[in-house]
Amino acid sequence: MSRISVLAGGQSLERQVSLRSGARVRDALALRGYEVTAIDVGPDLVDRLTESRPDVAFVALHGRDGEDGTVQEILELIGVPYTASGPSACMRCMDKVLTKHTMRDAGLPTPDFYAFSQTAFESLGAARALPAIEERLEFPIVVKPAAQGSALGVRFAPTAAEVPAAIVAAFSYDTKVLLERYVDGRELAISVLDGPSGPEALPVVEAIPRGGDHYDFEARYEIGKTEFICPAALDDETTRHAQGVALDAYRVLGCYGFARVDLILDGTTGEPTVLEANAIPGLTETSLLPQAAEAAGISFAAFVERVLDLALARTPA
Amino acid sequence: MTIDETPRGPGSGGESHGMGRSRTTARDLERYAGLFARRTQRMKSSAMRDLMAITARPEVISLAGGLPDTTTFPAEDLAALMARVAADASARALQYGPTEGMDELKSCIVQVMAEEGMDVGADDLLVTTGGQQVIDLVCKTLIDPGDVIVAEGPTYPGAVPTFGAYEADVVQIPMDADGMRVDLLEQALDGLERDGRTPKFIYSVPTFQNPAGVTMELERRRRLVRIAAERELLVLEDNPYGLLRYEGEPLPPLYALDRGEYVIYLGTFSKILSPGLRLGWTAAPRPVLEKLNLAKQGTDLCSSTFGQHFVIEYFARRDWRDLLGSLRDLYQRRRDTMLDALGEHLPREATWTRPAGGLFIWATLPEYIDTTDLLARALREHVAFVPGRAAYLDGRGGSAMRLNFSGVTESDVREGVARIGTVVSEQVRLYSALTGEAAAGPRRPAASSPQAEGAQIVPLRRRAG
Repeated sequence: MSRISVLAGGQSLERQVSLRSGARVRDALALRGYEVTAIDVGPDLVDRLTESRPDVAFVALHGRDGEDGTVQEILELIGVPYTASGPSACMRCMDKVLTKHTMRDAGLPTPDFYAFSQTAFESLGAARALPAIEERLEFPIVVKPAAQGSALGVRFAPTAAEVPAAIVAAFSYDTKVLLERYVDGRELAISVLDGPSGPEALPVVEAIPRGGDHYDFEARYEIGKTEFICPAALDDETTRHAQGVALDAYRVLGCYGFARVDLILDGTTGEPTVLEANAIPGLTETSLLPQAAEAAGISFAAFVERVLDLALARTPA
Repeated sequence: MTIDETPRGPGSGGESHGMGRSRTTARDLERYAGLFARRTQRMKSSAMRDLMAITARPEVISLAGGLPDTTTFPAEDLAALMARVAADASARALQYGPTEGMDELKSCIVQVMAEEGMDVGADDLLVTTGGQQVIDLVCKTLIDPGDVIVAEGPTYPGAVPTFGAYEADVVQIPMDADGMRVDLLEQALDGLERDGRTPKFIYSVPTFQNPAGVTMELERRRRLVRIAAERELLVLEDNPYGLLRYEGEPLPPLYALDRGEYVIYLGTFSKILSPGLRLGWTAAPRPVLEKLNLAKQGTDLCSSTFGQHFVIEYFARRDWRDLLGSLRDLYQRRRDTMLDALGEHLPREATWTRPAGGLFIWATLPEYIDTTDLLARALREHVAFVPGRAAYLDGRGGSAMRLNFSGVTESDVREGVARIGTVVSEQVRLYSALTGEAAAGPRRPAASSPQAEGAQIVPLRRRAG
């Protein structure tokens, strides 16, 4: 295995982040002596892959097309081994509604929620159900587009008056939105990495917004806007419990290679509850998974190489 | 290896947690952050930036730019002029030049300013790398962290990061169809004075304002200049579009009314010739000009000598008013097309400005629509605009947008506005479905919204007709 194609960029709103993830992977591989080509994913993807026939494709795409299983389907079709989760796990992670249903069906903790399509509001009169939903979820309610990897389009509605505008905003990003119970607590990100003896949880990262009170899009990617603590200052039992929940989520969703599970440690009950899972989390300098790996003594280069090995291990010879 | 073990020894006790924490946090995530200057905290990145990156895709009709149409400049003409520069002045054109700019170029600038009724001497001028550099140099020269700049609300989005980088406090004065509300300006200045704060300068784009498209009427201009003189404040008059008037009588620039006493004037070749040249200029009171010159030396020594030679050649061999005339015709048609399209495609709840010149129209949507989110939706229809929030420093402008009509063809203007109309109407319908309010009914009083003040900033006339 020596020729690697790094797939990055693409058309999603997270293109910029993906390009940064891809560049970092490319640099790490080049330093280790691999023959690396970078592919900015576009209409010529199939042609470029059939031409270059890489030994492995490293998928560093975030958001639509990359994280939702589409590119993975193409890679399977043309028979190029690729990193991280397969199409079905990607779909389950990309669609937060599907993620949460999967969690709930498996008895794993996730905040209460209701989900609606745009059609439901426009032609099924779903708006009539809003008061009942608001009563059950209680304010503030979190409104999110079902399929947006970053925090774009996520709103907190403190009262009923703010709910309609929040829903309209969320529909800017997807045709399906999620109304979710707000859980006040500590924000944890737990990365999971597959290994010889199955998936293992990496040290917990805690995200503490600096100077602001909400975890917005800016804070997520800008150095210095959020303080990240790794390993998080949690007692051993809480750490193990949260890591266990993250591992369960990883397995139930069918992830492979690596993924990141975002949780809230409920301030009142002390229990972790799963908000979402990222099938291809960010791999930039400010991203959480590489930091967690490093805290576990796994350098970025070692992480990338392990992920390549896993990609080949999945492929029938 | 057990991944759960941290590399820093017995990772269980409370103490070692503390240690491991500070080391890991400080080390990588914050590795660069520790080196950044404090002012970078004010250099905001945003969701909008990532969205705007996508507007550059070829399939997107971008009404987001501020671009002049450079296709009208004949390629063979460019080639001939470049060849002349190469033949006549090769060595000089490839050499450094004086910081203040070449004398022959200053004569060109004197001509351009005379066209708008300004009488200026070559010694009052500093040639800059685009008009943008003037904003930067003025801030560099006048602004200490925490100093106050007074600007219009909304203001030129490109000035926002500059003001931020110099850690200025920006006070934004509302506008109406006649430009900055100078009465509110005086109130704001009084308020600042009571707090013991004196603004360093008032930043204004009085003519065909970017982004609002409105023009400050004459009496307000006179009053603004008088206020500046009485209170001994500087005014930075940003005038890139003054010569791009499509109707009505020209108004005197602030610089002409004040005769260069308190007004720093910003001009540019970007909109009358080419932004690719990166050539602009400032005319300023002599003591200010000297400091600006020193500031420029530190920034880039001098503006492109090659570009200056090209402009000199262009002014010598061609009548620069010809290109300007054809640009005016072109943009006027595009403006009219956009106004018609807005009337046809935007729902009744929307309002927009009707600029008599320049490049931009400012549209205000119902307050429940967030134009930053809407941009994400619009990009799926392959159309882009600038969300209004980019024109404010305090989060206002959330339901407004800036539309550019100069940079795309008439058919793209029509198609682009039609697509925006589609997504806006969709959200209006959706909101009605959610609230039970009728979509196309009479204008709602802005009651339920906390953002109402954002919507009132430019309460301009409704659609024409």
